Amino acid sequence: MKHIRSISEIGKAGVLAIVERAKQMSEINSRPVPKVPALRGKTVVSLFLEDSTRTRLSFETAAKRLSAETMNFSVSTSSVNKGESLRDTIETISDMGVDAFVVRHKSSGIPWQIEQWTDASIINAGDGAHQHPTQALVDCFTVSEAFGVDSFEGLTISIVGDIRHSRVARSNVEAFAMLGAKVIIVAPSTLLPPDVGHWPVTISNDIDDVIGTTDILYMLRLQSERMDQGLIPNLSEYGNRFGLSEKRVSQLPLNARIMHPGPMNRGVEMQVDPSHLSQSLIHRQVANGVSVRMAVLFTALTLNDDRDHAIQGLTKEAAQ
Amino acid sequence: MSVVFRGGNIVTNEGVVHADLVVQGGQISEIGSGLAAKEVVDISGLTVFPGFVDLHAHLREPGREDTETIETGSRAGAKGGYTAVIAMPNTNPAQDNVPTIEFVRLQGQRAGLLEVIPSGCITMGREGKALAPMAELAKVGVKLFTDDGSGVQDPLLMRRAMEYSKELNVVLGQHCEVSSLTQGAVMHECGCSSDLGVPGWPSIAEELMVHRDIELARLTGARIHFLHLSTAGSVKLVRQAKLDGLPVTAEVTPHHLSLTAELLRGFDATFKVNPPLRTISDIDALKAGVLDGTIDAIATDHAPHARRDKELPLDQAPPGMLGLETALGVTCAALDLDPLAIAQVMSVAPARIAGIADRQGNLPRVGVAANLCFVDLNATWMINPETMASKSSTEIWSCVMVRR
Amino acid sequence: MTGPDVHRALSRIAHEIVEKNHGSDDLVIVGLQRGGVWIAEALATKISQIEPELVVPLGVIDVSMHRDDIDLRPASQVAISHIPCDITDTTVVLVDDVLFTGRTVRAALEGLNSFGRPKCVQLAVLVDRGHRELPIRPDFVGKNLPTKNSDDVLVSVDGVTVTAGEGK
Repeated sequence: MKHIRSISEIGKAGVLAIVERAKQMSEINSRPVPKVPALRGKTVVSLFLEDSTRTRLSFETAAKRLSAETMNFSVSTSSVNKGESLRDTIETISDMGVDAFVVRHKSSGIPWQIEQWTDASIINAGDGAHQHPTQALVDCFTVSEAFGVDSFEGLTISIVGDIRHSRVARSNVEAFAMLGAKVIIVAPSTLLPPDVGHWPVTISNDIDDVIGTTDILYMLRLQSERMDQGLIPNLSEYGNRFGLSEKRVSQLPLNARIMHPGPMNRGVEMQVDPSHLSQSLIHRQVANGVSVRMAVLFTALTLNDDRDHAIQGLTKEAAQ
Repeated sequence: MSVVFRGGNIVTNEGVVHADLVVQGGQISEIGSGLAAKEVVDISGLTVFPGFVDLHAHLREPGREDTETIETGSRAGAKGGYTAVIAMPNTNPAQDNVPTIEFVRLQGQRAGLLEVIPSGCITMGREGKALAPMAELAKVGVKLFTDDGSGVQDPLLMRRAMEYSKELNVVLGQHCEVSSLTQGAVMHECGCSSDLGVPGWPSIAEELMVHRDIELARLTGARIHFLHLSTAGSVKLVRQAKLDGLPVTAEVTPHHLSLTAELLRGFDATFKVNPPLRTISDIDALKAGVLDGTIDAIATDHAPHARRDKELPLDQAPPGMLGLETALGVTCAALDLDPLAIAQVMSVAPARIAGIADRQGNLPRVGVAANLCFVDLNATWMINPETMASKSSTEIWSCVMVRR
Repeated sequence: MTGPDVHRALSRIAHEIVEKNHGSDDLVIVGLQRGGVWIAEALATKISQIEPELVVPLGVIDVSMHRDDIDLRPASQVAISHIPCDITDTTVVLVDDVLFTGRTVRAALEGLNSFGRPKCVQLAVLVDRGHRELPIRPDFVGKNLPTKNSDDVLVSVDGVTVTAGEGK
């Protein structure tokens, strides 16, 4: 799997393989010296054309733990963001010899557009409102770890918030459904995409309809700009209708869990401080970020064979 | 000087006739068999059409000569069988004043490849605020006015434009788009746009303005021509308007007859166009509209862009597709039209709408101006961006095998 | 080698490990994923039978991330390392089923580095089939089996078989 760009492109087998590989990476991260030479000699370039400290650091750490070289372009100057020299940037960096680009951009589709300008692996760290596959992989790993399951059959996951503008929602809907979960998206109609009849989800406009039966409550951040765009009347009405309040927390089922991709908009979608909540998996999501991204880099940059998953017990032969 | 074209199939009022045709002094002087003239051209196997007339092309000069000039655009048109092209007014400076109009016409004459007819703006600078001096521009030969690139948003201003233009014997062309409904739109609003997480251009943004202008035409009696219709709903509205006897005409582009929004899944800005590519059911309705006469003409909306602009991220890339050189082929690949029907939608009707029927868009007969094109109706060809005449050849059509 | 042969060899190796290390209490047995794991378990069991007061920690190490040929072969299936104690200043006995080119053992030595700094590392293998590509030698060997480079060697608790193969 050379590129990691969207959940549908990765496919179910790919998602399961990366989640499995992340377990191995997790163990490596628990060692006294959490470093292996697996990607020694490879160069990974971060091209973050949209700000993000957390994801960028997560990738950089992941690359370093696998002994890869890293280079950083977090260019937020308008000319590169306008794409004026995006092609030039990619081609120039590629000429210097790079094995993988980790790209984040505010326009959907960039990871596919740049493919024609480079031979390197392309890893999507978020393109517009389209996809954020590594976040979905982190979330799948976290759910898998918390519930002790590989398949999500029987799990109900409710994703609440601005689905319309959320790449995390799009990736997670695909990934959770792929693994068998029942996925519910909860939002006011103005924050749902115009046509989602074909998505593998149930739609709800009322968080109180799902709060008592959901296994996972996945909260999305609401950006305050949405109010100015006429999509919601004001933040307070949104918070009352869809926010996670003390009362709603108490209505969650016994073993339900709360998740959020961060950063949180306190007082809007999160009206309680989740760090005090035993149901919160948010700290696990953050902690798992490096392990999962190590698995992503490893998968993209090493030889892959579809037969891997079918091979039962690689012989001692091959290991020697 | 006289030329005889021997052995062709001529599309006439009486049907397709196998005959020779003589052109003398810029006019068709004779049609018959066994004819002779100073110069002889053998056109056996070819069909003779009235030269095609494009109601809608962006020749980008003045202002964006890096993407196309009147000369290169004329060449593309000539290769596509066009003998007349209406040049859209969203140039820089805009075609809202006499000097720019004269310049465009002159450049067309200098290129000498086909007749370039400048259109005028409805409003100054196409800003939608104040009327352009339509009478002045009509005096220098402008017959079609449009703010194309945008629609006239203010209903009051549109009403005034229609009332004012009515006595000038011109036609107003509308690019139907309610801009407040299409802010930031990248493609048709549909399942695909929802999957890609990009803002969509809903069909209703076009249909609302089509409806508005039909009613304004009913009120004022002014002629209105709808540019590049793209939705099934629009076709339905225009069909009813014609049944009601209103002075309404409409055009459709070859790409809206063949391509759907699904092409945007690859994030290729080549397919980003305004109005956007839509769905199969829209395509079916548009095709039916051409066949039953609801849609009068094929118009290319030829819109060249520099390659580097089309390489921008999808949401930033400018919309527009090429069309002049490939219009006939793509149209015939989409619709099964007999030669008379082809002549009708590609030449006769557009010439009439553009007000140039005195010299263009006439089925070949003795006495008319010899604006003709010669087509091999049986050839099939692969479109190759390398050999196209337009300055901005992008690869839209390179996977399409077209006839003729 | 037959099943009983394997059993006897493991017993002998267990005795040798205890003898060489003077019954010391800083031993750690670490089996290499995957082939060395059951052998390491067997050795740990046998050692505890020989010296009942000796508690020898048992660990497993996966070396796939330390291989020097990651670019040449598809990544192996996911296997976990687990070492239950701090290995610094201990004697680690690495255990594998077959010693061949020596590259896996080299990777294991490097892997151990991320867990600590052993005082000493020894190597126990059930079968040494020759064809070393690196200067690695075992301290404890069940059996020396000359093979062709292209042969396949299969080891299990039921015995060892060598079959002619088509190469690595």
